[in-house]
Amino acid sequence: MSAANLYDWVQASFFLALALPLLSMVLAQLIPERKERAIHWVVLGAALVQMFWTVGGVAAWLFHGGHAIDVPEFEVYGSDAYVFLIDLYFDKDSAAFLVVGSLLHALIIRYSSAYLHQEPGYRRYFVTVSLFYFGYVWTLLSGNFETLFIGWEVLGFSSFLLIAFYRTRYLPVRNAVKVFSIYRIGDVGILLAMWASHHLWHENVTFARLHNAQLVLAHLEGHSSEGLFISMALLVAASVKSAQGPFASWLPRAMEGPTPSSAIFYGSLAVHMGVFLLLRTAPFWEHQIPARILIGLIGLVTAILSFFTARVQSNIKSQIAYSSIVQIGLMFVELALGWHALVLLHAVGNAFLRSYQLLASPSIVSYRIRDQFYHHREEAPSSWSWIPENWRLHVQRRAMQEWHLDRVVSRMVFKPVKALGHRLDFLNGRNAVFVLLPLYGLGWSAWWVQEVLPSAVQAVLPALFAALAMALVFRAFTERQSPGVVWILVIMSHLWVALAVSLNEHFGFDHVAWYLSGIAGGAALGGWVLVQIKRQPNARYSLSTYQGQVVHAPVLHALFIPALLSVMGFPISLSFIGEDLIFSHIHANQPVLAALNAITFIFGGIALVRLYARLFLGPDARTPLGVPNRTA
Amino acid sequence: MNSWQASPSFDEQRLLHDLHHTLPSQAPLKDFVHHNTLHALQHLPFNEAMVVAAREWGHRTYAPIEFFRKRWQTGEISKEQLDRAMRRLGFSEDELPALLNEPLPQLPPARVGSIRSQWKTDRRLNLDKYVHTRLFALIAGFLDQGVGIWRMQVANTGGLWSAVRAMESPGAGGVFQCKRARAYLNSHEQPDLRELLQELVQDESFWHAYLVDQAFAHPGWSGLVAHLERNPSGLMDRREVSLKDFIALELLMEWDALESMEGAHWGALRPVWPVPEGESRLRRHHRILACWQEAWEWTRYDQVLSGLDAERRQPVDRSKHKGMPADLAYQALFCIDDRECSIRRHLEAEQPAASTYGVAGFFQIDCTFQPASAHFATKCCPGPVTPTHRVTETNAAKRHVRDAHMSRHSHGLLGGWISAQGLGLAAAWRLAKNVLAPSDSPAMVRSEWHMDPEGTLHYWDGDPALEGAHGFTLDEAVNAMAVLLQSVGLVDGFAPVVYLMGHGASSVNNTHYAGYDCGACSGRSGSVNARVAAAMLNHPEVRLGLAGRGIRVPLSTWFIGGLHDTTRDAFFFYDAAIWPAFAQHVHDREWPGMQRALEANAVERARRFDGISKGQPARRIHAQVRQRAQRLFEPRPEWNHATNHLCLVGKRSASRNLFLDRTAFLHSYDAASDPDGALLAGILNAVVPVCGGINLEYYFSKVDNDRLGAGSKLPHNVVGLLGVANGMDGDLRTGLPLQMVNIHNPYRLLVVVDAPVARVERTLKAFPATLEWIENGWVHAVVREPDSGLFFRWEGNGFRRYEPEFTPPRSIRNWTNAFAGRRDSVEVLRKVEPLQSFAS
Repeated sequence: MSAANLYDWVQASFFLALALPLLSMVLAQLIPERKERAIHWVVLGAALVQMFWTVGGVAAWLFHGGHAIDVPEFEVYGSDAYVFLIDLYFDKDSAAFLVVGSLLHALIIRYSSAYLHQEPGYRRYFVTVSLFYFGYVWTLLSGNFETLFIGWEVLGFSSFLLIAFYRTRYLPVRNAVKVFSIYRIGDVGILLAMWASHHLWHENVTFARLHNAQLVLAHLEGHSSEGLFISMALLVAASVKSAQGPFASWLPRAMEGPTPSSAIFYGSLAVHMGVFLLLRTAPFWEHQIPARILIGLIGLVTAILSFFTARVQSNIKSQIAYSSIVQIGLMFVELALGWHALVLLHAVGNAFLRSYQLLASPSIVSYRIRDQFYHHREEAPSSWSWIPENWRLHVQRRAMQEWHLDRVVSRMVFKPVKALGHRLDFLNGRNAVFVLLPLYGLGWSAWWVQEVLPSAVQAVLPALFAALAMALVFRAFTERQSPGVVWILVIMSHLWVALAVSLNEHFGFDHVAWYLSGIAGGAALGGWVLVQIKRQPNARYSLSTYQGQVVHAPVLHALFIPALLSVMGFPISLSFIGEDLIFSHIHANQPVLAALNAITFIFGGIALVRLYARLFLGPDARTPLGVPNRTA
Repeated sequence: MNSWQASPSFDEQRLLHDLHHTLPSQAPLKDFVHHNTLHALQHLPFNEAMVVAAREWGHRTYAPIEFFRKRWQTGEISKEQLDRAMRRLGFSEDELPALLNEPLPQLPPARVGSIRSQWKTDRRLNLDKYVHTRLFALIAGFLDQGVGIWRMQVANTGGLWSAVRAMESPGAGGVFQCKRARAYLNSHEQPDLRELLQELVQDESFWHAYLVDQAFAHPGWSGLVAHLERNPSGLMDRREVSLKDFIALELLMEWDALESMEGAHWGALRPVWPVPEGESRLRRHHRILACWQEAWEWTRYDQVLSGLDAERRQPVDRSKHKGMPADLAYQALFCIDDRECSIRRHLEAEQPAASTYGVAGFFQIDCTFQPASAHFATKCCPGPVTPTHRVTETNAAKRHVRDAHMSRHSHGLLGGWISAQGLGLAAAWRLAKNVLAPSDSPAMVRSEWHMDPEGTLHYWDGDPALEGAHGFTLDEAVNAMAVLLQSVGLVDGFAPVVYLMGHGASSVNNTHYAGYDCGACSGRSGSVNARVAAAMLNHPEVRLGLAGRGIRVPLSTWFIGGLHDTTRDAFFFYDAAIWPAFAQHVHDREWPGMQRALEANAVERARRFDGISKGQPARRIHAQVRQRAQRLFEPRPEWNHATNHLCLVGKRSASRNLFLDRTAFLHSYDAASDPDGALLAGILNAVVPVCGGINLEYYFSKVDNDRLGAGSKLPHNVVGLLGVANGMDGDLRTGLPLQMVNIHNPYRLLVVVDAPVARVERTLKAFPATLEWIENGWVHAVVREPDSGLFFRWEGNGFRRYEPEFTPPRSIRNWTNAFAGRRDSVEVLRKVEPLQSFAS
């Protein structure tokens, strides 16, 4: 096979790898819910083709030397000042993760078809798993940050859906929102890394180019702080996805879905994505000693703390989750040391082992009871003995409380946001529109007259408006009553962001139009759905508790999801490109503006998912009998 | 049972008593035994109890109205039965539309939780969010039986309260955040509920209701604590735990939560009683459902009674069958378990000259069993029986294979590092293998692992292997065996071989495995009991003793102990080495037929299993059925007791030709040999609570799987080897998972006794505890007089003449005809064609 042939073939394979999960997702959704067998065969068929294709393809690729492959960019949107490029890239890291993923995916699909037999939501499960797998493959194959971010967002939202699979119970929904919120913190990291690299490289840098060490060093020279900024942003994103550092506590709480989905996603594939991100960007950050030290330290500290946490867990899934976190912490250390081959081996082994352990976790009862039956000792040899006696209780207590990491994240991130949001409590369902719209008009008038404004004012206005947008989103985040207020506030925040950026730089109005057009349709549709919900007889149109509307209003629920996604800037809508486009108009010396916009974007998403979860998911608030306990 | 009966003063003892009585009473997983989920309400008539359960706790207690109306439309509920039910429940004719199509009256919210929820509605405080996660982590860590790798440091320092005190004492920062809570803990060796409540709830008259709300916010954990307080031996790793400590701990955590949310000066809750509302709607709602339930049940019951009646009127004379041998081929005693219903049918079809009997599957061997090398003895007799004997096993292999993938080392730093690299790929291989071609693994549970067939059992009193424990004396053995044989009416006419078949189940990834084994052996496999009973019956001195009581077992009869694996449809037989030649001969002759019967049984069961193509040869179907016990991803290795709703006490001949589709508990009883009713008393006192308990647990887990059942088992997470929870922060789930009850029809149990009505009534009235089930309608009872064939139904306070709606059962030629192509419930059918000729 000639090089050119191989190249075409690889491109075709990439297309197939990405198209199959999407195809199976769409087909499965079209099959009636009761036809379990048909749904299963569609999804399994796609998974098997994908698996054989991947394994065979990787083997052939290795046989031909295993050189990294960069598929040229595909321009989604381009104008004189800005292009949005899809770029695909394939190397041994993608290969390893892809092979593991395709094997586990196919096995789990087969496993789940019998395991989920007769389960309400059978089809939804397979559709969501396919979406997740699409996000996984996309992320693995992505060749630049923009492309990767698409996969990253798909992973985040499909994770939310899988954790909240039992959507009429309280805890899965609460934990799904919680995990999604923490995921979004990591997304801030990717957004900022994306923005900063635009400026560092003056282009949409591809991962392929990062392998050119000279090039990287040349760009880093004189820009070491920007380089470190990018690395730190990536580290935040990786730590969140791989449950490292203060973010560890989301992983055990993600184990709310059916066991096979927990096994494949939170036991193996999803949780190693942070490791993958660092592997993928290693050529960039490994030239920066401080970044390496920090990565290693985070891994080491996490490994040690989680080691103790795993020891004291009295439920099996958390124990496995924390054991997995320990190993991923060690992978971070290995990454920092530059042992990439070992990291790959370690990640692959850990993924398989934890998947299997989770799948077999119900067996632990009979296995350990039998073990105890034959090997019980009244005074178990104290495993604590190597810890100084006065430390033991302390360590145990802390480990049982998971080192209060939850509280750390909450205090560092969510508490301040809530505090700020509550400052704007005077905005409510009745007055929000009347206060914000005139204010917004005033904002645009500043745009018309900006030429005559003093330059000092001109310089401050973008940040001021961006801060206002952020404040609105925070207010939306704290709203506990009116769904409409959340909806309006998030949409208004988008408008303010558009204004802020328009003031920041002169550019064609079409950029703003792109951005807002993506949101407009969703905004209108979602608004309509909310009005319909409000008009239902004896509806409980409130966010004070979970309402479980999905049972009563399945159609409205189905309509609300695309609306939600487009207002969130999820990569199915134009607003996603718009987001990126808006970021391109923030200058290199404006990290504050970039951060404000990133935070607005991220918290807008959290506020919307909260709205969705509280209104549509959770126990049915209208039936007094047979409702699952909140602790169930 | 009214939680809103405010009493001005708080009575701690009354509260604890009430909670012990009303909380779910479920043992740790290893001792899972079926029981009536709503046992707390059993003193009330069933329909009244259902109203109370809905009003107080918000339980759904009947199938939804749509369920019944659909069955009405398909004719599964007959007009006659609906009329009868309406009359019985006092409906007038013009109320028919309310039953048939009007929407049911809206229900008021349940009372439980309404006081404590005022923290949220009045004060906007979510105490649960703060308290539950910590509380569950603490109690789970404290009671943990072996999930955690490091045992909690302070677990053995006394009760829960002192353990928490010990945890709190050294240094700064502990379980509690705030000063006052910590000070209280340090200064109180024992908690005082009054002191704690005083701070939290202003008015003493609310305390009782407040604590009920608190406990029922997590009925799983509170219930387990209450259960362990009364049954401390339920834990291998002993812990002292009491409901009072647990409540006190939660109250103190609430203090702590309030102080950290509201500051040092939080004020007590000033609750108000919610206005009681909707009682009449609630009652009307339930009355309508009760009427449908009754009509639906009796449509089915009357089919069964019609079948029994047809059997009596036109008995199939088996002696006229072509090729029928003059002598009995063999006799077999099986457990009354509803799963043995079908295997007995198939054995009898294969060997018309065989007789089968049903009896409680512990075969009167009330014992604890100590396997070789084990550190504990397990109870092997019905739950209510206190075992007085010990059976010890020696010279046996350990039935425990270690598995590196389940090892604790894989969770460490270095151990985990090595495991991930080393075991990771092996795990992938295992997973693939289990998905594609499952085989046995150390993780599974197998019925035959309960006992090593090659090992030696010691059970005679004075045997040194018992190490001083009490074994069976000769007298006790004779007594037990006499009761065993008399109660099934097997006192003469012994066949050359009599099998005693215990039963057990096999599965993997099944947290509720104990519920699949023999209920009469406390959730263990029945192998030990069957083997010991057979050995006793073969013992010459026991036979001599039996002869002294008029039971003459001829020398030409041998008893063989065995085990039926209900999941894999396999038989195991014990002590073949000492079988006499004639027994070996009979067994060799019968074995091929038994194998065919096992296959036929597997085929019958397969009709309810998805994914098994029904057109295949029986042998292939059987192989696929067997695989269900090995597949990690099979949430339904078998259907266990699902669909049970009948219990027949009488001669096998009364139902031998009826197809009852694995729904019936069958206890043999010969009214003629029990004039004084002593045996009947023993039987009814066992079958009513045991079968009734199984039936009602299935009933409630089916009709309210979210609150009274355990919900879907797919997300379950094992906590402390004690129970299952959803996710990491959930409460323990009680009842049965959804996957055990999918196909269950929520009928109450109907007990049919073939005996003189006066004798049954007298017997029942002598045992109020048993009578309560029937008198209050938790179990239905019908008596058929053996002589007249007349039916009597228990109504009110005694048996009344009952005229079933007779619908003669459809006839079939053989059992396969009954279920071929059917996946749903099958009506009562009757086999009338001559059986296949006997092949010798």
